[in-house]
Amino acid sequence: MDTKKILFTGVGGQGTLLASRLLGEAAMAAGMDVRVSEVHGMAQRGGVVESTVMLGGVKSPIISQGEADVLVSFEPLEAIRALNRCSKTSVIVTNITPIMPITVKLGQAEYPDVDYWLDFMKANYRRVCALEADELARQAGTSKAVNVVLLGVLIGLNEIPVTKEMVRETIKTQVKPKFVEANLKAFELGLSRAEC
Amino acid sequence: MHPLLSKDTGQKRLLLGNEAIVRGTIEAGAGVTAAYPGTPSSEIANNLFFISLQGDWPLYFEFSTNEKVAMEVAASAAAAGVRSLTCMKHVGMNVASDVLMTLAYVGVKAGMVIVTADDPSMHSSQNEQDNRLYARFANLPMLEPSSPQEAKEMTIYAFELSESLELPVIIRTTTRTSHVRGPVELGPLPKEVKQKGRFNKDPRRWVPVPAVARMRHKVLLEQMERALSIAEGSKFNLVSGKGKTGIIASGVSVCYVEDAIRELGVEDRVSFLRLGFPYPFPISILKDFIQNVDKILVVEELEPFLEDGIKILCKDIAKDKLVLGKSTGHFSRMYEFDPLMVKKAIAEVLDIDLVRPEIPDLSGLPILPMRPPSLCQGCPHRETYNAVKEALKELGQDENAIYPTDIGCYTLGLLPPIQMADYLLCMGSSVGSSAGFSVSTDHTIVSFIGDSTFFHSGLSSLANAYHNEHRFCLVILDNSTTAMTGHQPNPGIEIRPPGYDHPRISIENAVRGLGIKNVYKINPYKKKEAVSLFKKVLARDELSVVIAEAPCILYYKKFGGKK
Repeated sequence: MDTKKILFTGVGGQGTLLASRLLGEAAMAAGMDVRVSEVHGMAQRGGVVESTVMLGGVKSPIISQGEADVLVSFEPLEAIRALNRCSKTSVIVTNITPIMPITVKLGQAEYPDVDYWLDFMKANYRRVCALEADELARQAGTSKAVNVVLLGVLIGLNEIPVTKEMVRETIKTQVKPKFVEANLKAFELGLSRAEC
Repeated sequence: MHPLLSKDTGQKRLLLGNEAIVRGTIEAGAGVTAAYPGTPSSEIANNLFFISLQGDWPLYFEFSTNEKVAMEVAASAAAAGVRSLTCMKHVGMNVASDVLMTLAYVGVKAGMVIVTADDPSMHSSQNEQDNRLYARFANLPMLEPSSPQEAKEMTIYAFELSESLELPVIIRTTTRTSHVRGPVELGPLPKEVKQKGRFNKDPRRWVPVPAVARMRHKVLLEQMERALSIAEGSKFNLVSGKGKTGIIASGVSVCYVEDAIRELGVEDRVSFLRLGFPYPFPISILKDFIQNVDKILVVEELEPFLEDGIKILCKDIAKDKLVLGKSTGHFSRMYEFDPLMVKKAIAEVLDIDLVRPEIPDLSGLPILPMRPPSLCQGCPHRETYNAVKEALKELGQDENAIYPTDIGCYTLGLLPPIQMADYLLCMGSSVGSSAGFSVSTDHTIVSFIGDSTFFHSGLSSLANAYHNEHRFCLVILDNSTTAMTGHQPNPGIEIRPPGYDHPRISIENAVRGLGIKNVYKINPYKKKEAVSLFKKVLARDELSVVIAEAPCILYYKKFGGKK
């Protein structure tokens, strides 16, 4: 099996860790060699939260410059911030709903021009899938399911050897029972938007 | 049933390195565990805590008030014949080091494991000290896992090793081995767990007065000779490949080297020695390895721990052998590594071109806004900070005030718009450093400490401040939990996880008990009252303690109302 290095990035509280964990669990259930790395502690208080999923025997827990095969970003600024980890052959999945950093709210910094950078991504990277994941999560019944919507898009792109059946099973066994239905719905909505 | 108590022997679970250590502790039948929380070690303690709280497995766990106490709890349990474990972040080992250095002399009867979780790059820490040096300093065996599976196996092995040597064994992880998930195969749970032992009196063993200590130091060195011969034959010290370029690594660096060798396709050009049991230095393994290669690249984060040891060996046996690493500029003594850094170094040493992926031109990127971590919306600490700031302003003292601070969420008071954190060293340092500022300056001193940190190491410094008549206002930010590390209990908490019924210590009573008279309580959300109290207190130039009492909002959501 080819190796795949998948980088998840987002803002504390968006559920990036759960998304990478679900993907890791699904891959392990399918008998794949998998490593998932997480960031805990101080960074979780509203900071940038990154996690990685490595498939096919990669041992390193982190992804260096230019070495992500896939970037899944939960927020557009964080997608832009993580571009240096991608190469021309990378696939990018990104939510386009911004979360304003405190530094922008305080007027100390300027939020980048998202449309410009989305065009840049589309012109410079192999596949780019940008969508309103927050809106889809709300349609699924919970705004918290942004992570599973994006996971759906990622799986729907057929770029990594984890199937939708594997992920559905994992959602059923790993997500708290009362959230399973909404998460399955969010996952299907994500799958249906995997077009780019 | 806690998921880490699963009886599905032979099945795999996707566990964090820290969870794998807990599973190993359970499989090894440890009976007593104790810890003070600290990132990146916290999940070890949290899982042990919930396992013991749920009561369906015979395990004692306590959140001790600090790492020193936790290590004493574990040490004496092991002296009484009960397997024990304590875990801490790297700087926690400093607090426990007074215990560690002499514990190495008196040793243990049952297996005792000490986990130190280091934090290269300081993701959540105030320094990036390399705790492998503690193994050498205290003269104790050390294991270093590179994956969750290894973390579990090494934990079980560490208990056996400790028992056979009658010495505690150190397991050293880093952020990247503690916080990585990987498949871990579950082993069988023990049929019986020894939770009670018996302490056999033997003052010539357990009471290190000088005459005994002199004897025990000799025993320690003899036991470490035995440890050396065990390390020489350990399955955790492994050579792969037969190439003429040698690479030596331990911990997470093993992962970077493995990936680099595969990605560069240089399997036949290198020999790779991975040291999972790096201390005591397995000298004969290293000698054999060194003699079979032309040069050696040492890949290790932080201090040149292995590199220096290898250079000393080379002086004896292979003077001209090239040892590459930190001293040759291939690697830094600062920060954690990443895979590319290691790949580049290996490519350079092998003199091959590194093929890099094509990266689009990002020179047009603007400076992107940072997302510094910040106090939560509605956090009571914000309110307290603002009340102090306003009181000082009204007193005309805001320019003259300094704010020694401490370790916890409230350290984030450093950032704008609050900016009320001026000096910090370590857990509890707010109180001791305020004493120093009080005798050496004329500043108005307002220092901040959390409830958990206060019990950790604020109490004795406050006794000092009262006795030596220092003048400052200590604000105890009592949010009823150890918030930053994930809401662990401490002796002062009022809101509790269900089933946690330990006696409570009132911070106010403790402070008054020292003899301090200026002790006040505020509700930080009642701004007017808080400001007027601070004005009253700060107008006087003497020792005072203000307890700002309001629960952490996240913790309250979790357990509020369930006492």
